[in-house]
Amino acid sequence: MKARVHIMLKNGVLDPQGEAIRHALGTLGFDGVEGVRQGKVIEIELAASDAAAAKEDVARMCEALLANTVIESYTVEML
Amino acid sequence: MKAAVLVFPGSNCDRDLAVAFRNAGCDVKMVWHKDTSLPDGVDIVGIPGGFSFGDYLRCGAIAARSPIVAALKSHVERGGHALGICNGFQVLVETGLLPGALIRNAGLKFICKPVGLSVETTSSDFTNAYSKGQTVTYPVAHHDGNYIATPDTLAALNDEDRVAFRYLDDINGSVENIAGILSENRRVLGLMPHPERAADPALGGKDGADLFRSLAIAAITA
Repeated sequence: MKARVHIMLKNGVLDPQGEAIRHALGTLGFDGVEGVRQGKVIEIELAASDAAAAKEDVARMCEALLANTVIESYTVEML
Repeated sequence: MKAAVLVFPGSNCDRDLAVAFRNAGCDVKMVWHKDTSLPDGVDIVGIPGGFSFGDYLRCGAIAARSPIVAALKSHVERGGHALGICNGFQVLVETGLLPGALIRNAGLKFICKPVGLSVETTSSDFTNAYSKGQTVTYPVAHHDGNYIATPDTLAALNDEDRVAFRYLDDINGSVENIAGILSENRRVLGLMPHPERAADPALGGKDGADLFRSLAIAAITA
């Protein structure tokens, strides 16, 4: 079983990298890019067979390590 | 005074920090990240600068979950002192021993240069040898030193006189130019600039030596 975790900076936390990407897109002539936020995707292979329990496990992994919940939010998707 | 300096894969200021502690009269032990306890009788733990675990995931995130950091937490919880510099500051915010977070510099560049700081409080065992408002120069060398905190945290830091250092100029986007902060009990200091790289006039300045002298003056014990 596989889980995919999306980690993003919370709304309101300035994202300097996203801002730099937005700038670069403008330089390349892509008009109308109003905002860019950059995050992370982490894919986790799991031995588990119970998807609901596995999802809870992955949420605990996010709280413990994968996301810094002071500044980041996360979503877990089971594949 | 006994000091322990934590060493992670990728630490690169550990020996500089050990020298600065030693010059302030400390007996210093280096402690590997896989160790599960600190040496007996340690009064202060130094978390050095560098790129622990290659800055993978987030700066300081993996180091903050290493076995020795569990021992560091117990040390701090029983009132022990800790000093985190640069990557060490990132480790301290990742553990939650200090509030807030450190994100990518607003200008996106790695900044490596001496910077002016003001000493915002002398009411700590790290800053008692300075005078309030004194300007000092320490080097910085970081990519992720942009300090952010919630309005509540910021208000608490200001109201409780827990901002230890501010940059004289905005170099990295840190809120209110914060360069270093103290814990609630004032025994944990985290800062991005490097006092240990300015602790010997022959090697990059002398302003940082007073931070280590402050510890000796306070004669801290765990």
